Amino acid sequence: MAIKQIISPLPGTFYRKPTPDAPPFKGDGDAIAAGDTIGLVEVMKSFHEIQAQFGGKIVKFLIDNEEPIMAGQPIAEVEV
Amino acid sequence: MAPIKTLLIANRGEIAVRIIRAARELGIRTVQVYSAADSNSLAVKLADAAVNIGPPQAAKSYLSIDAILAAAREAQADAVHPGYGFLAENADFADAVEAAGLIFVGPPGSVIRLMGDKAAAREIAARAGVPTVPGSDGRIDAPEEAREVAARLGYPVMIKAAAGGGGRGIRIVNDRAELDRLAPQASAEAKAAFGDGGLYLEKVIERARHIEVQVLGDGHDVVHLFERECSLQRRRQKVWEEAPAANLPDEIRARLCACAVQLAQAVSYRGAGTLEFLYDEATRDFYFIEMNTRIQVEHPVTEFVTGIDLVREMIKIAGGEKLSLRQTDIRCIGHSIECRINAEDPAKGFMPSPGVVSALRIPGGPGVRFDSMLYAGYAVPPFYDSLLGKLIVWDENRAAAIARMARALGEFEIEGLKTTIGLHQALARDADVRALAFDTKFLERWLEANSSQLA
Repeated sequence: MAIKQIISPLPGTFYRKPTPDAPPFKGDGDAIAAGDTIGLVEVMKSFHEIQAQFGGKIVKFLIDNEEPIMAGQPIAEVEV
Repeated sequence: MAPIKTLLIANRGEIAVRIIRAARELGIRTVQVYSAADSNSLAVKLADAAVNIGPPQAAKSYLSIDAILAAAREAQADAVHPGYGFLAENADFADAVEAAGLIFVGPPGSVIRLMGDKAAAREIAARAGVPTVPGSDGRIDAPEEAREVAARLGYPVMIKAAAGGGGRGIRIVNDRAELDRLAPQASAEAKAAFGDGGLYLEKVIERARHIEVQVLGDGHDVVHLFERECSLQRRRQKVWEEAPAANLPDEIRARLCACAVQLAQAVSYRGAGTLEFLYDEATRDFYFIEMNTRIQVEHPVTEFVTGIDLVREMIKIAGGEKLSLRQTDIRCIGHSIECRINAEDPAKGFMPSPGVVSALRIPGGPGVRFDSMLYAGYAVPPFYDSLLGKLIVWDENRAAAIARMARALGEFEIEGLKTTIGLHQALARDADVRALAFDTKFLERWLEANSSQLA
């Protein structure tokens, strides 16, 4: 078992939910497949979905909902 | 009201810089609020003082009424300028500023609230004798009523949410079957989004131009500063604006501006405001759509053709002065064009492009103005609007102004980011743009047809 990180390609504000009232896309411990959306990054008022590049099991999110994020910053650790 | 001594600027970016400049010329001390992402902003550097109001996210800083009022107290400000966007059209903010014993540079909260309610604004316009887009009288209650109204207006019609705004919940239907199918959906969506499922219908004005009128009021008198042409839009965002609307017949211009003054007078308007209209070139009809109760991004084109400093005037009015301008003193001379320079990549679907401005060469020479917060080495943060600045030119007539804009754009260099400069260069060359042969849908059609020019 190896641990890989999902990296944000964009800077901005990170969201774990599609809308404020909705449940998070994914949580710690969830299984994910390549292509699954795990969050949104808002860059200059435009929203971009962040997709997992690989499948596995999310060990933990490294960033909270509505927190600032830099390009290249890890979003989550995934056991692959 | 006493003249303003210390002005808090409750905004950021280029408009904050614009307000600081106007206030300083009036001898007013300026205090700039800033988020953690904006500590190196030009506005912070230029202001007399600056107050940190929180983290980068706008909801926790520039949209926080509590944080801004606390900053105003700390800075001992006696007035607050909201700029545009953020809290500029938030009636509760205007009320809270006044309740704190401060001057809000703009109209009273009650006027902001009234004009922010689309159905109410339509009613005020109708009572003031100002044409509105033909539609239902208020809300539609039953499907049969919707069918009757739609048949009377003629398809296509727009279904709009009575409580809506910002283009949300709008559906265009082409026939009765679509109306029957989409009206319940629109109502459910409006109920979910606004807590009010009320709908009304409006006729779709095909091939309309967006023309708006600038007004200034002091709570008693209102004057207009002529019109702007803002039809070149992408996703309802203006991209290129002009003053005046060249080729508008004089008789139409006179009626349009008179209507704007009537409507602003009907609410005893105070401050700078804009009344937006759709203009149907074929029938020469115009229709009021909404009023913006604040300074607008594109105000410099009006300043260029009238020689009047709108931001200075709105601060003086807020300080209790009467309008110093009479309508007969206000003239529109020559032609002005503004290009919005955004940190976006037009070749990649206008993908935002924040980052560090590694090199900067700003155009200059006669009739050229650049309103911006850029400087070489500035890191454009990813948290806010993509507007980097506005390149504005003036010349004797529209053709000369376009030539001057093309010349100025050619001098422009912003390195380190993708920008919309190339898009504006292509628009300045375009035969239809030069001929003023466009409507509000033109730019999106143009972008589809000309994507190769933008690579």
